Amino acid sequence: MVSGLELRDVTVRYGDTTALDGVSMAVAPGEVVALLGPSGSGKSTLLRAIAGLEPLVEGTILWDGADLAAVPTHKRGFGMVFQDGQLFPTMSVGRNVGYGLTHLPKAAQRARVTALLELVGLPGLEHRRPTELSGGQAQRVALARSLAPSPHALLLDEPLSALDPGLRRRLADDLALILRETHTTAVYVTHDPEEAERVADRVVTLSPPPAG
Amino acid sequence: MTKAAWRAAWVAAALLPAAFLAVFFAWPAANLVVQGFRDDGVWTPSGFAAVFSSARTWRAVGFTLASAGATTLLCVLLGLPGAHALYRCRFPGRDALRAAVTVPFVLPTVAVGVAFGALLREDGWLGWLGLDGTPVAIVAAMVFFNYSVVVRTVGAMWARLDPRLAQAGATLGAGPLRVFLTVTLPTLAPAVLSAAALVFLFSSSSYGIVMVLGHGRFHTVETEIWFLTTQLLDLRGAAALSVTQLVIVALALWATGRAQAGLTRALTLQPDVGATRRYDARRDLPALAATLATALLLLGLPIANLVWRSLHRGGALTLANYSELATATVQGASPWRALGTSLTTALAATAIAVPLGVLVALVASRRPRRPSARRALAAVEAAYLLPLGVSAVTVGFGYLITLNRPPLDLRSSLILIPIAQAVVALPLVVRSLLPTLRAVDPRQLEAAATLGSPPWSVLARIELPHLTRGLGLAVGFAFATSLGEFGATSFLARPDNPTLPVLVVRLFGRPGAESYGLALAATVVLAGLAGAAMALAERARPEEVTAW
Repeated sequence: MVSGLELRDVTVRYGDTTALDGVSMAVAPGEVVALLGPSGSGKSTLLRAIAGLEPLVEGTILWDGADLAAVPTHKRGFGMVFQDGQLFPTMSVGRNVGYGLTHLPKAAQRARVTALLELVGLPGLEHRRPTELSGGQAQRVALARSLAPSPHALLLDEPLSALDPGLRRRLADDLALILRETHTTAVYVTHDPEEAERVADRVVTLSPPPAG
Repeated sequence: MTKAAWRAAWVAAALLPAAFLAVFFAWPAANLVVQGFRDDGVWTPSGFAAVFSSARTWRAVGFTLASAGATTLLCVLLGLPGAHALYRCRFPGRDALRAAVTVPFVLPTVAVGVAFGALLREDGWLGWLGLDGTPVAIVAAMVFFNYSVVVRTVGAMWARLDPRLAQAGATLGAGPLRVFLTVTLPTLAPAVLSAAALVFLFSSSSYGIVMVLGHGRFHTVETEIWFLTTQLLDLRGAAALSVTQLVIVALALWATGRAQAGLTRALTLQPDVGATRRYDARRDLPALAATLATALLLLGLPIANLVWRSLHRGGALTLANYSELATATVQGASPWRALGTSLTTALAATAIAVPLGVLVALVASRRPRRPSARRALAAVEAAYLLPLGVSAVTVGFGYLITLNRPPLDLRSSLILIPIAQAVVALPLVVRSLLPTLRAVDPRQLEAAATLGSPPWSVLARIELPHLTRGLGLAVGFAFATSLGEFGATSFLARPDNPTLPVLVVRLFGRPGAESYGLALAATVVLAGLAGAAMALAERARPEEVTAW
């Protein structure tokens, strides 16, 4: 039985500034945890640390009981959805979604891409270019892309902040549904408490580290 | 100032540089093209036929394309790690290394040729490689020259790419190599192509290097033009070759332009990443190691060797080469006097090129409403960059056959050399000034207008201060390139009053250790001056001017 994501006393520093100071939390498999906090509290930094994009000064991050200190980002199996999507501009939507699927045979890749685009409500958009998508569509494609390789866990860094309020509400509901349907373990960073309630099973508040 | 006067001023501002380029570039170049098709007043393509039926011509064309292609490939391969190390990481000494890497570009081609010749000669430090007088030497020298073009152009874009794009690839399971090949490189492709086009351009018109290092055995289109003009007096054949070179350059620029347009995606560029990313050995060491190796071996070694050898004569450490610069004479000209001539002509060329460049930059940076006017301005900008693509040899040669009738019989006039140098320097001046004007947010100008500023006041008080920030770079650039200019000058210089690059080539061609020592010393002086001028200019470089 997989024991999920665990953080113990995680500390991250940038030069003299402490971005995260001794943060501990646990996410059970299949659980969606929202990370709420004011700006500067280090929410994004925490997410990036889990993904392996920030080095830890102290503390450990464990997945299923195993310490991830020596594991580089591309081997951790944590998907990430960025605030502005970060779709690869030189590839079509289909190639974007299929980017993490190179270990599958071609036919299986295509099938998975189709399935995921349907899941996020954008069937048939395989051949569009990222520049031709609206903001909401781009975020859906970003979600599909990160879910395609069936990651251990999904990290979402304020994925809806760049969208207008009406779209945000609709997409938040869709996101909550998709995460539940796929039983994805997820950490969802947001500054909107209402959105956090919509999407997550549990809301955790991060307070900024003490100054100095 | 009335509206009519304002308009008139702009028209004058546009016409003055246009007239200059029309008389001193378009007309000689067009005349050249025409000469290729005329034989005793009769229109005929036989000039082309004659020149292209010669095997020697085809060898020259082949060698030009092959050496330019090899140089471009090597520059890209070496320049990519250089761009990464120098534009995406921060480490102590990075800025100094960046500046050092750019120095070769502004060195006179003659100086580069002499430096590599000295290094690869039998008695040189790398003489045991046996590369003297081989195409490898020529390509190595051209890579030396153009390495920084790739590093600069690609680095400037790479520094502003959102790092999260590559991070997204990592979270999808792609290792660093796969991310680089499938995400980063395709996104950088427009910058790489632009740099490659420039390198191909510069190395296919590299006249001084081939003259010095070719030992008469290797010919490019440019040296063939020189040969046909000065040795065989075959003006028709030379004109035909000039046209051919124009066509090659135009085709290369057009092809890369098309490819670039197809590859440019809407990218959200970030502020400079390189300013904040600290050096991380695991990620950055290979690129840094490759860059240091290139900087030391390819860039540093020839220069160090040049200086070292210039301080020797007959095996002994001595300053004789330098002290004799003032007294020696070569065909009636002394190096000291040649230096004076070089400095004077460079100053004159700068005095011509910079004001004209300011006018061009002002005109080209306007933002008219109508699409037709905007297209016209884009064409204007492209037109002023043309001299970059036409070889200086063609320009010099064009002057000889065009400016030979009164009232413009300037062939024997000293003013022709600065004019030729100014024509070559003008595109560089424009490219140094235009970005600073373009960076001004148009809403600032609108704000000034709503505060009661008439148009000429807005120009003077809001836009001109931005322009002056680019002036230091423009002046230094113009001066350094005019100082080292060889292609056009070699055609126009008078035998008894040469510029220093011309004199160096003469000295280099004379047998004897003394002449060789003098050539080395003169080269060091020339390179030192050009390098110093450019170093000063670089310190004045505004951050909007990232590449050329």
